[in-house]
Amino acid sequence: MQTFQMVGISLFFSVIIGLPMGVLLVMTRPGRIGSNPFLYQTLNLIINTIRSIPFIILLFFILPFTKWVVGTTIGVKGVIVPLVVYTAPYIARLMEQALFEVDRGVIEAYEAMGIRTRDIIWHVMIREARPSIVLGLTIATIGLIGATAMAGLVGGGGLGDLAYRFGHLRYEAEVMYVTVLLLILLVQGLQVLGNRLADRLKKDS
Amino acid sequence: MMIRLENVSKTFVTKMGRVDALKNVSLELKKGEIFGVIGYSGAGKSTLIRCINLLERPTSGRVVWNGVDLSTLSPRQLRETRRKIGMIFQGFHLLKTATVYENMAIPLKLSGVPKEKIRERVEKYLAVVGLEDKRDDYPGQLSGGQKQRVAIARALAHEPEVLLCDEATSALDPETTDAILELLLKINEEFGITMLLITHEMNVIQKVCDRVAVMEKGQIVESGPVLQIFTSPAHETTRRFVNSLFQIALPRSLSRRDDSGRLVTLFVPSSVGETFWTQISRRFDVLPRLLSGGILHLKGQTLGRWVVHFTGEEEEVNKALLFLQDQGVRIEGVMLHAERNRQIS
Repeated sequence: MQTFQMVGISLFFSVIIGLPMGVLLVMTRPGRIGSNPFLYQTLNLIINTIRSIPFIILLFFILPFTKWVVGTTIGVKGVIVPLVVYTAPYIARLMEQALFEVDRGVIEAYEAMGIRTRDIIWHVMIREARPSIVLGLTIATIGLIGATAMAGLVGGGGLGDLAYRFGHLRYEAEVMYVTVLLLILLVQGLQVLGNRLADRLKKDS
Repeated sequence: MMIRLENVSKTFVTKMGRVDALKNVSLELKKGEIFGVIGYSGAGKSTLIRCINLLERPTSGRVVWNGVDLSTLSPRQLRETRRKIGMIFQGFHLLKTATVYENMAIPLKLSGVPKEKIRERVEKYLAVVGLEDKRDDYPGQLSGGQKQRVAIARALAHEPEVLLCDEATSALDPETTDAILELLLKINEEFGITMLLITHEMNVIQKVCDRVAVMEKGQIVESGPVLQIFTSPAHETTRRFVNSLFQIALPRSLSRRDDSGRLVTLFVPSSVGETFWTQISRRFDVLPRLLSGGILHLKGQTLGRWVVHFTGEEEEVNKALLFLQDQGVRIEGVMLHAERNRQIS
């Protein structure tokens, strides 16, 4: 189904972009290992700027960019670029928050043991933040599902498109109900799954 | 000599202004000893210990490790040096999401220790701290003392030459504190690991340290062998720390008793022997009356501290006190009868 395709692919790219951005945000914060106020403020500005644009506007606003990246502005391909642009900064923020919560003392202990910074990021920060990362990604995924509903506008298809075209435009209310029900189930299922996984990763009973 | 701090100063610039956390601190750590730094919170001891492995870079001064100035090392050389300087903390700082075994194995793996060796070392040092049966537990399932044991094992697994203890027992109850101190002593003796520990508890210094430095306002105000510092504390802060171990505040009724004689405090190291007590009353025409005091067990030594009231002819009392002094007893607070109402110490 197109919804899963869109969500899956854009989530993948959003994480690839968002996670390092989150790491960078935490690392360059004043008082942290790689403290760099300029980079930190710049990143902050970029993320805040993108995050202040509603998806429906962003979708059209970056059409030239979309065209330049994937060569088209329509279909699943055309909708993935704006979805990633929309979701990556969101994920960056969620990851920043998750990583920020990792006890600084543990990071310091690893520094004191002569461990490389990149190993600390991976084996300490990201590892310890896994439960929060999973919860963050659950939230991001649900947001992403919502955003894909608008993908219909550029011919991306998906559940939202179905509900809008058949349910709203053609007055086939049943289609709308069914799709809405499906979306509810999907979101519920995802959240339960996310919570369970996070609990399993937590370990501090 | 393993570690030498030369005129180390550290100034933090905060929103509230400049804070001089360390002012010209010099210190030497000898191989195999346990060196304690004591001070009230805010004295700068945490900054001091963190300067040793350059978690905190000194604003000025040098940190010399086996003849090498640490600030001249490349990041890679610094990492290698840090592996020889273990560190444990008040807050343990273990990975919550990793088992005891993983908590020890992960840093070893990241330091490039080969796989077979990791297993061997983890098992060896888990046994040293007595937690073989907890290897698959998560830190959340352990008590504070057990967590600190894991942290100690994690530090030992790197086979360091020095162990830095940053308020390692401050979060633990007295009984667990004693057990951890015992463990540190055992490690010091068995593996010959040099230790620097900072604390605000005098009983930690008392139980494990060979030498001690007292810090106040970013400076070392007094330092020396533990027995010497305990017997004759020179600085006001040192005195307060030493006094914290003795409950010698005299009830008013005792110090006010209206008779002649002298009220003194005697510091009696173990070298003096136990018979001095009977000897003075035999040799001199005095009546010593013990009002308060106690014996401290230092590492391998004891120190008695007694508040004694002597009655007798003044000349005899003087002779008796001189005799005690010759035996190695330090006498303090020799007060005249008229001044006696003042608080001792």
